[in-house]
Amino acid sequence: MSSLLYLIPAALLLGLLGLGAFLWSLRSGQFDDLDGAAHRVLFDEEDEEPGGPEERGEK
Amino acid sequence: MSLALAGSSVPAGAEAPAVDARAYVQDEADGARALHLMVEGVHCGGCIRRIERGLADLPGLREARMNLTTRRLAVRWEGGRERAAEVIRRLAALGYEAVPYEPSRLTGADAREERELLRSMAVAGFATANIMLLSVSIWAGHVEGMGTYTRTLFHWLSALIALPALVYAVRPFARSALQALRAGRTNMEVPITLAVILASAVSLAETMNHGEHAYFDSAVMLLFFLLVGRYLDRRARGRARSAAERLLALGAQAVTVLSPDGTARLLPPEQVEPGMTVLAAAGERIAVDGAVASGVSEIDTSLITGETLPGRVAPGDRVFAGTLNLGAPLRLTVGAVGEKTLLAEIVRLMETAEQRRARYVGLADRLSRVYAPVVHVLALASFLGWWLVMGLAWPAALMIAVAVLIITCPCALGLAVPAVQVIASGRLMRRGILLKSATALERLAKVDTVVFDKTGTLTLGRPELQREGVSPAALREAASLAAASRHPLARALQRACPEAPAAEGVEEVPGCGLRRATAEGEVRLGSRRWCGIAEDSTAAGPELWLLRPGEAPQLFRFDDRLRSDAAEVVAALRRRGLAVELLSGDREATVARVAEALGIETWRAAQSPGDKVARLEALAAEGRRVLMVGDGLNDAPALAAASVSLSPSSAVDISQTAADAVFQGEALAPVPETLAVAGRAERLVRQNFALSIGYNALAVPLAVLGFVTPLVAAVAMSGSSLLVIGNALRLAARPGRAA
Repeated sequence: MSSLLYLIPAALLLGLLGLGAFLWSLRSGQFDDLDGAAHRVLFDEEDEEPGGPEERGEK
Repeated sequence: MSLALAGSSVPAGAEAPAVDARAYVQDEADGARALHLMVEGVHCGGCIRRIERGLADLPGLREARMNLTTRRLAVRWEGGRERAAEVIRRLAALGYEAVPYEPSRLTGADAREERELLRSMAVAGFATANIMLLSVSIWAGHVEGMGTYTRTLFHWLSALIALPALVYAVRPFARSALQALRAGRTNMEVPITLAVILASAVSLAETMNHGEHAYFDSAVMLLFFLLVGRYLDRRARGRARSAAERLLALGAQAVTVLSPDGTARLLPPEQVEPGMTVLAAAGERIAVDGAVASGVSEIDTSLITGETLPGRVAPGDRVFAGTLNLGAPLRLTVGAVGEKTLLAEIVRLMETAEQRRARYVGLADRLSRVYAPVVHVLALASFLGWWLVMGLAWPAALMIAVAVLIITCPCALGLAVPAVQVIASGRLMRRGILLKSATALERLAKVDTVVFDKTGTLTLGRPELQREGVSPAALREAASLAAASRHPLARALQRACPEAPAAEGVEEVPGCGLRRATAEGEVRLGSRRWCGIAEDSTAAGPELWLLRPGEAPQLFRFDDRLRSDAAEVVAALRRRGLAVELLSGDREATVARVAEALGIETWRAAQSPGDKVARLEALAAEGRRVLMVGDGLNDAPALAAASVSLSPSSAVDISQTAADAVFQGEALAPVPETLAVAGRAERLVRQNFALSIGYNALAVPLAVLGFVTPLVAAVAMSGSSLLVIGNALRLAARPGRAA
């Protein structure tokens, strides 16, 4: 039972970390455009170079 | 899909005048400039990338970020204000129309409320997860024989997490409950707040007395589920809000003011005062009400009157904000600005009409009006019953009352509607249909009559050339002249012959037509009178004449074509058992022809906006529930008066604001699609209500009889909520392929 003494604080700390991370991401605007984020993850890196094919992402 | 939709908005974007955005550029603290724009026609990830990459090589660019959810673009750069025009030009070149706006005017209380809900939900979710960790041990301990002191320690730990979380997360409910109580009413938030406060107070007392059961987990979980429902509901409404906000942007453009010494200044509309002289360039949307001081031009009043053909204005004539100056530059003496303009007046009329309709009470609200008092009475009765009649000690009786409150609190009920609504509006959104009103789905599901407007709704609302009897050479010649004009008929000619080169030296005579001097003589394109053709009373519809030296005059006739699937849609609506009517402001002969082509038996022509409203009210008096589909400003009062309304996205903004839903694209198919989804959503909502009420019917007697422990409450609560959400998800899954 003595293991509870550090297991419970550890569990709470981890939970608080998660909550803190969520509130931080909310504040820094990461939840402002959920629809856009779903698409942005699919963009190809090589498109960043200027002059690449313009229309390829269009479906 | 996205390409077609984006493509359909290209002509409008290309023709639109370059709005002067300099007045909307903001200076940031670190010396950068920022411009916020609302962008039309953004539908998918491809659009985001095209826009952001299209702006990527703008000199001095710091950031261009397109928000797909709100359809807004934020651009930051270093350098002069005049780059704002470059940004808009580039967007127009990509096919997107962009309107600058001031962000401070649009971020209202709603956004703050949404963030508060989300934060409360996060805190409640964190607390639920961690308390459950402890509660599961306690429940296991009931069987395994956990020591009293260990259990009390766990209860204290739960209290430590729960109490701050509850204080934080109950605020949205407590505020609404207090408001209701002050007004002498009761709503669903009252039992929720009561349950949470009572449950935590009783649990705290139990913990102090080393009691067996504590309801911290139930109280927090209850809040968590309810906050999920609230947040979903809020998000569904948020989408609607951003659609309505576009209307504000209509007046949002810089006005060129001429000072007495002749210098021109650019001012935002709110700084313009009556009596000033304002310059309206050709192709610019007029931002003020006033009189023409000098200049002759043609004005596109389609926004105000719904008329597709422009009217001629000369000095002394009145012009209104929101109309478009097509021909030549005009100097205007400002009569009214901002809130006093005709446009603002109509917006206010719309708002009153909408408030009238807002009295419609959603099914969930009606249910909770009946439900809330029942919950109170039940909880009070079980407390008094156990305490006075059964002779139980009052703390134990209070514990049972708390169990009743927690069990009856409408977790599943609170999720039943928002879950279905979010999934239904997401499904419609993918089809290019934007639901604006929270109760629109419920009202759509009850529709038994569909009333259509003609111009712009059943038809495309723009003149198209009739090709019979037109020689290709004449068309080519006419189109090359027409390239110089913004007149709707000239644009129709350009569309009919896009390969014609733009002619040089073309002069536009407002109200008459176009002329161009050539070696052989003058070529004229314009009205019958301007080309010197004898008047003919049998002429039907809009027409243009082309007069070339040495050749017979060529006539171009135009008509307003039906949307491609109009006939199918009308037939499909009939098959669903709906009555279909046509109300139009157009002439009888035209309306009769359209009605016959579509097989609509009930039609009325030459209807004024007031007539349309009267007809809708007559239908409502017969007990019919009418869906109005319309697009013009003259339809806006009718759209607001009908029990539910739809508008194409080509409609004037004010109609889009009045309508409950807006659909995109050239086809009418979204009308039956919306009705079908609404019907399915309605069935699912009813099933969900049946499920959650059935669960209550089972659980409440157990709670009243005192059999419910925190374990039972937690299982029942989460079980019924998951059941309701799962049922709502069927809407997304089943007809996916058909869409």
